[in-house]
Amino acid sequence: MDLTYTEEEEAFREGLRAWLADVLPKLPAKPSPDDWPGRRAYDTAWQRTLHDAGYGEVHWDASPTRRLIFLEETEKAGAPYVGANFVGLLHAGPTIASEGTPEQRERWLPPVLRGDEVWCQGFSEPDAGSDLASLRTRAWRDGDDYVVSGSKIWTSHAEVADWCELLVRTTPVSDEVPKHRGITWLAMPMDAAGITVRPLRTLAGSAEFAEVFLDDVRVPVGNRVGAENDGWRVTMVTLSFERGTAFVGEVVACRRLLGELAREARANGRWDDAVLRRGLGRLSAEFAALWRLTQWNVSEAQRTGGVPGTGGSVFKLRYSHARQELYDMAAEVLGPGALDADRPWTLERLSSLSYTIAAGTSQIQRNIVAERILGLPKGR
Amino acid sequence: MDFQLSEDQRALRRGLRDVLEGRFGRDALRAAVDEPRIDRKLWRALGDAGFFALCLPEDAGGVGLSLPEAVLAFEEAGRVLLPGPAVATFLAAGEVAGAAEGTTVVTAVGGPFVPWLEEADAVRGDAAGAVAVRSVDPLTPLHRVQDDGEAQDPRAVLLLAAEQLGSAARTCEAAVQYAQDREQFGGPVGRFQAVQHLCADMLVRAELARVAVYAAAVTEDPLEAAGAKLLADDAAARNARDCLQVHGGMGFTWESDVHLHLKRAWVRARLGGTAARAEEELAAAL
Repeated sequence: MDLTYTEEEEAFREGLRAWLADVLPKLPAKPSPDDWPGRRAYDTAWQRTLHDAGYGEVHWDASPTRRLIFLEETEKAGAPYVGANFVGLLHAGPTIASEGTPEQRERWLPPVLRGDEVWCQGFSEPDAGSDLASLRTRAWRDGDDYVVSGSKIWTSHAEVADWCELLVRTTPVSDEVPKHRGITWLAMPMDAAGITVRPLRTLAGSAEFAEVFLDDVRVPVGNRVGAENDGWRVTMVTLSFERGTAFVGEVVACRRLLGELAREARANGRWDDAVLRRGLGRLSAEFAALWRLTQWNVSEAQRTGGVPGTGGSVFKLRYSHARQELYDMAAEVLGPGALDADRPWTLERLSSLSYTIAAGTSQIQRNIVAERILGLPKGR
Repeated sequence: MDFQLSEDQRALRRGLRDVLEGRFGRDALRAAVDEPRIDRKLWRALGDAGFFALCLPEDAGGVGLSLPEAVLAFEEAGRVLLPGPAVATFLAAGEVAGAAEGTTVVTAVGGPFVPWLEEADAVRGDAAGAVAVRSVDPLTPLHRVQDDGEAQDPRAVLLLAAEQLGSAARTCEAAVQYAQDREQFGGPVGRFQAVQHLCADMLVRAELARVAVYAAAVTEDPLEAAGAKLLADDAAARNARDCLQVHGGMGFTWESDVHLHLKRAWVRARLGGTAARAEEELAAAL
């Protein structure tokens, strides 16, 4: 059990800190949440800045510890989030890097790293959420193209994306073909004819997602990554990248928020309430432990060659609930201000309601823990 | 950074588990419930295995290891519900003659209680006027004393937390085992998600407590130890209750071991200082 970083890792941290201190004050003002082209421009410009400074590939660094340090330091310094680059850098990119041909890697990876191209994700469907493998968007071969029809949902950045990592059904489910076997992974250009994007307004009031309707959209066969009908396996490679270091920045942010809540409570008198103080104290212990769990999981990934283990489900279960409790605590600190939608914590409290649903609901995570870690029989 | 157990630490844990499970298996546990006393032979065997002298320097006759190894040892003690004031004896090693060897049983005042006062050979802290209470835990005789309100030794807090962690992990395993063995409606009850989700939450609590306890052992930060104790207390008590629930009616019986874990968890939660105090300390540091 060693929590000290190597000299090389500390040097990486120091270099990053110095660079952030230099570059962050020169950033332009953040665009408003509803300004999608502005958000794309801001996020991709940041990725370009990272790229030019040699940090463009940091999310793909073979060392999980360096990835952890990068996410920790950028969050502490208040640097921009990965934002519109999320799918390109953390989903589609790693999939193409792992499963694509040399030509596909050359075509799609450098523009992601330079911040030139933005990807979105077309996985979930109205009738395929937790049960993703039951997806029904169909693709037929027609010469050198696939012709795709169906609909996707919960697609972030669809309005401004250049590409969509798309899961389609190429072989219908039958007695011989189970639902996982007939799925194919395609890179769909978002300017193709037949694509309709309809923004979805969330309960927080903003349009963070979109529905994407596909009506005979033609996608070249050359845009298929992996073999036809092998898309489920290809996708699992992608999804594993969502764990491990996925929430490093968020845990750092939560610990900072705890400090801000204590400051606000001391200023507005709520600190006199022992129940509130003790609740903050307990959450402080929770998030300290979640940070240690992150370091534990990263160390494990480092030992096993970078593949995040099922420990990610344990982390996500507790983290997503703890973060919701944190915003409930923020509401306690704000008192009547908790009903003022212009207070930042109020909107974040609303957004936090998605944490126990997105990227695998808490119920699905418990199924994973029960079956894959604890070895209980397949649930019903 | 390599926040995982080293090979040596794994070997130490395996060795201590063998000693503890071999010398204090289920029969010994149930015999101790029927007649609660400190097994002096077991205590000396632990002394011979280096359990109490783990953190003593080698030139003082100890094993020369550090707190991370100590929490692994106490995690194992917590798994088997080892009776006796092991934490106090461990902390007395090198200071009270015979403690390191397991020939002197040392207890200590912890908050408003002294455990094992009548059986112990030495007591640390002021036990004047101690009054026996009928302990809720059949494996921990208790005396009430005046609580001096002093902060607890952070090492004692951490080692109690390590015992809680061992108990929490053990009750999670026991629940999973029972869910696999117990059949209702034509199959194991562990195939029902309602049962699975109880078990999954138990694992989450145990694993979060684990990293908190291990990290506090590495940093030796008293505040981190207090936080680890909060999470470990919670994990031990709530896992025992969920384990009881998974066991159904059997969990409510005296012959089941589940209640022994729950009762000990309640005792340990009191011995290391109150949750209120730990939460206030953590809040004050924000």
